[in-house]
Amino acid sequence: MATSDSPIRARESHGTGPGKAGRVAVVSPGAVARRLGLRTPQAQRVIEFRGVSKRFPGGDVGLDEATFAIDRSEFVFLVGATGSGKSTVIRLLIKELEPTQGTIRVAGHDLAAIKRKRIPFYRRNLGVVFQDFKLLPNRNVYENVAYALQVTGGTRKEIREKVPDILRLTGLSTKLHNYPDQLSGGEQQRVSIARAFVNHPSLLLADEPTGNLDPETSIDIMRLLYRINKTGTTVLVATHDQAMVDKMRRRVLELSEGRIVRDEATGLYAGDETTREFAQRMRAPATRPPGL
Amino acid sequence: MKVGFFLREALRSVRRNAAPSFAALATVLVTMLVLGVFIPIVQATNGAANSVRNRVLVDVYMKTRATAADDARVKEELLAVPHVKSVEFVSKQQAYGQQSKQDPQAYALLGSNPLPDTYHVIPDNPANVLAVRSALTPAAPGGSTAPLDHAIQSVSNKKNDTKKILEVTDLVTITAAILTVLLIIASILLIANTIRLSLYARRREVEVMKLVGATDWFIRWPFMIEGTIVGATGSLLAIAVLGVTKLALLDPLADNWTLIAAPQTIAFSALLAVLLGAGVLVSALGSGLSLRRFLRV
Repeated sequence: MATSDSPIRARESHGTGPGKAGRVAVVSPGAVARRLGLRTPQAQRVIEFRGVSKRFPGGDVGLDEATFAIDRSEFVFLVGATGSGKSTVIRLLIKELEPTQGTIRVAGHDLAAIKRKRIPFYRRNLGVVFQDFKLLPNRNVYENVAYALQVTGGTRKEIREKVPDILRLTGLSTKLHNYPDQLSGGEQQRVSIARAFVNHPSLLLADEPTGNLDPETSIDIMRLLYRINKTGTTVLVATHDQAMVDKMRRRVLELSEGRIVRDEATGLYAGDETTREFAQRMRAPATRPPGL
Repeated sequence: MKVGFFLREALRSVRRNAAPSFAALATVLVTMLVLGVFIPIVQATNGAANSVRNRVLVDVYMKTRATAADDARVKEELLAVPHVKSVEFVSKQQAYGQQSKQDPQAYALLGSNPLPDTYHVIPDNPANVLAVRSALTPAAPGGSTAPLDHAIQSVSNKKNDTKKILEVTDLVTITAAILTVLLIIASILLIANTIRLSLYARRREVEVMKLVGATDWFIRWPFMIEGTIVGATGSLLAIAVLGVTKLALLDPLADNWTLIAAPQTIAFSALLAVLLGAGVLVSALGSGLSLRRFLRV
């Protein structure tokens, strides 16, 4: 796969009308074959932001005319300094916030059309991972993951089948009965990822998942996210860990003061590699790929 | 399946949050105990006030030479006066019988019966007693007052006493009512506040549940069941304490002290039902309503 050339982009300046906007297309290996100069079919779009702005009541700008799209099975980093709007994007996507203007589509559905009462049902289609893990403190590891299934009305049988599976995948099989305060940060984040993924959502959002973790643990968490991505799940990771992003070599969306200022796959886009290869590369000393 | 799940969740919550649950339980217990003692006291006070007020009546004394025909005419005239509910006739023989029983020696000395026939005029409402009295003694020419009928010797003239009784009993009843309302408001606020505090400590938990995709009611039910459990336990404990107190202290006294056994005092079982109902309702609704703020995620 030819990935060393600079990414092909068709991008329009900010502030264009919704009719023309939204063609921030970045070539990813799968997309090349699908696209061949054609627009990506709607169904392949997992996330689509069109001229989305968010102004907070105090006058702060969370997001300013952001327009981008993410295709199915992509692994995308959302980078930027603190306050640049990364978290706003995530919070808009889980409908914790409403945009001031613009439209957001997830898997083809306009989020503005989802009524307040239906928000819980919408959220069940997403997996969300947070910097502070957001585990339920009075439940052990098993119960925390099971809760995500109980919420959707999962039967006991279903829970007994799925939870141990996902905990094995995340390497927590020996910690089933530990409570969150008995786990290390990395372990807590694994629980949180297990909970986010136990429903096998097609989209996984992570807001600073490694923000509270040491570098070595961070690599493990990224490896886990990469493994989830390889099952076909679209993964969007907001982070300010530049070194991590450089090493991962995945598509990067950069925000600055609420604007999208960069949208590219890094020059050395790594194609299909095993998670083992991935981890080896991640642990190697950083080599900044050209173009960054 | 769902009911069982919510019940288990609620029980887990009580177990895992022992300290806040205990605080809420203690609040319910103490409040219900205070209410349980105060409500009967208010009831007894009102009962006493009412029985005093019901003794407020106008006595009409006939002249000693009044005939049976006079008596019959006066009775008709008394009944015609506005606000008169009924009249009660006490003949001189009956009056003599009652009085001589109280003081046999004095009446034995008297030898004859000096007492007149008497009518007790009972007003429809104790507050109207003064109106009735002035109707019985209309103003006569010359600035004085004269009785309604020439056969009437006098109309009992205890205007000041009657007024005082009415004012004091009014004050007692109103004060008791205000205190009851204040105490009930204080109890509701106290319980609701304790619940709010214990929920505030767990607002992050609620937030996480919302983010995982739980519906409002999926989160709310366990909290409300938890509130019911805490409220019911607190109320039942309060009822147990009240019951023991009643058996050990009040019942032996009730034989000698009519106030406690007064018919106006609320029935004990009704009181318990009210306390239990209030405890459960306030706790459960308090939990459900306090959650609303934290559910807006």
